Amino acid sequence: MRRFSWFNATALTLGFAFLYVPMLILIVYSFNESRLVTVWAGFSTRWYGELFQDQAFLDAAWVTLRVAFVSSTLATVLGTMAAYVLVRGGKFLGRTLFSGMIYAPLVMPEVITGLSLLLLFISIGLDRGIFTIILAHTTFSMCYVSVVVSSRLVGFDRSVEEAALDLGCTPFDAFRSVTLPLIAPAVIAGWLLAFTLSLDDLVIASFTAGPSATTLPIKIFSSVRLGVSPEINALSTILILLVTIGVISASLVSKRRIVQQKRDEQMAEQAA
Amino acid sequence: MKPAVKPAAVFAPWEDENETPLIRFDGVTKRFGDFTAIDNVDLSIHRKEFYALLGPSGCGKTTLMRMLAGFEAPSEGTITIGGQDMKGIPPNRREVNMMFQSYALFPHLSVWDNIAFGLRRSDMPKDQIGERVKEMLRLTRLEQFARRKPHQISGGQRQRVALARALAKAPKLLLLDEPLGALDAKLRQDTQFELMDIQEKTETTFVIVTHDQEEAMTVASRVAVMDNGKVIQVDTPPRIYENPKSVYVADFIGDVNLIEGRATLKDAGLASLTWAEGAPEIIATAGEGLVNGAKATFAVRPEKVAISAERPDDRNNVVHGRIHDIAYLGNLSTYHVEIAGGQIIKAQTANNRRLSRRSFTWEDEVWLSWTDTAGLVLAG
Repeated sequence: MRRFSWFNATALTLGFAFLYVPMLILIVYSFNESRLVTVWAGFSTRWYGELFQDQAFLDAAWVTLRVAFVSSTLATVLGTMAAYVLVRGGKFLGRTLFSGMIYAPLVMPEVITGLSLLLLFISIGLDRGIFTIILAHTTFSMCYVSVVVSSRLVGFDRSVEEAALDLGCTPFDAFRSVTLPLIAPAVIAGWLLAFTLSLDDLVIASFTAGPSATTLPIKIFSSVRLGVSPEINALSTILILLVTIGVISASLVSKRRIVQQKRDEQMAEQAA
Repeated sequence: MKPAVKPAAVFAPWEDENETPLIRFDGVTKRFGDFTAIDNVDLSIHRKEFYALLGPSGCGKTTLMRMLAGFEAPSEGTITIGGQDMKGIPPNRREVNMMFQSYALFPHLSVWDNIAFGLRRSDMPKDQIGERVKEMLRLTRLEQFARRKPHQISGGQRQRVALARALAKAPKLLLLDEPLGALDAKLRQDTQFELMDIQEKTETTFVIVTHDQEEAMTVASRVAVMDNGKVIQVDTPPRIYENPKSVYVADFIGDVNLIEGRATLKDAGLASLTWAEGAPEIIATAGEGLVNGAKATFAVRPEKVAISAERPDDRNNVVHGRIHDIAYLGNLSTYHVEIAGGQIIKAQTANNRRLSRRSFTWEDEVWLSWTDTAGLVLAG
């Protein structure tokens, strides 16, 4: 192992401190006995208990999960379709315009997206609630899905699709039985991205949510405005834990796949 | 290198006027924007033929093949397969299968499922599919790899999976796009013979695209030499080699000496070429379309040029020169001899004795000679 020079060590410490000290403080204080967030009064898991008693929080969490699940699934279907047409559709009239328009919402300020959706829902007389949040989240997260999926489609040997056609597949069958399995990692990544985007979106959700449906970020934000409660710390700690587990397991799975693939290829070359 | 045992009747359906070809191209042109990839091509390919499309990269051979598969449509002209006009028929509805240059194996499916892929989309009953896949695995000697995924087998095995997959549906026509391009030289040679074997066993019509002239000559019953979107000459390998119709073909296939000059037609299908002041004229077989007095090129293969220390007196074509370079290849030696006017003529001899002393060395004065029929005088 290489030893770090003092410069590298300092840079590393500063960088990681910058990223993680705030979260660390939050986690530590979630186990605080005291109701006062800034005063340490001993270790306790009391706020976790209270959190699970708080029906408003649980409702908000349930709404958030449903919104995230449905909107990311819709966004994945639409985004994959858009990516497929833009990458594989050949040169059709207005292709550059379309691909530009697909990516535009990525750089659009969320306030504008939220406001325009709000105006749309009001003008067509749609009651705001869980359904409108789902629509709004689908709208902005499908762009992210289509970016992820099209990058996979671009670096993909086209002759595999042609082989499927050549062997008797209709274009749809070729897409379903060959293209889709091969771009599956990107589709799944796109879904996860859409899911997390939907989970932590505050701005667009607050424009499009109605009194009947409140998402977790809205709930957290509104309760923090009345003062940070230790319950929020507990909730955030749970969220951090979930995200960490997700990221670590995803990277472990993909790393094991790569190692396995390398080993297989070596074995094949030796056997030949 | 043709097989030692020839079939009793020579296979040459293209010479029989009663035979209808399986594939016909009639005035086929393909344009991509301003670029003409295929320029007014007429072709006919017969049943059970092993037909090679040969040419440098960018000559249009791959486009021609992709039109047969249905991935490209001709801009003009018609393509018929088995008498049926192929216009508007998509790849999945053609009895044509293709082996791709990159093999295009489905990485998420096992060898078995790769081969069964086409069968599952045909009207073959389910219980016969397994039998057919087994047969294909046997044919390509892949039985023990059936359960592996494409990344778990070697390059040569992948090539055989691609072949088995393309042959599984027993297509009328099999297209092979540079099938051996990714294999190393030794494996490539073995595989060429394997391909010929399989072609004979399955009695399928093969069309192969290649830029490797040795490969085309080895495997094909007929070779179509292409250049710039045009078919220059279609013939059997020996005729392509010995009777090239143009300087381009002579130069593209094998090694050749070319001498430019003016032709004079003579009796008995011969012609003479005046090529340098004071030098004796060269006598050779007259090529097609040769015009008296016009510009012409004499072409002779190095192995048909004899090299000797004394002037031979039994041959009409004799030139004097000096050895400029010797390429010793083991089985052959090629002498690069500088003749009058500074032109280099290559003469090749077989080294059929192990212990003979090399007769010539650098700067030796030698005589080059060849017979009247050794070379051709070609127009242009």
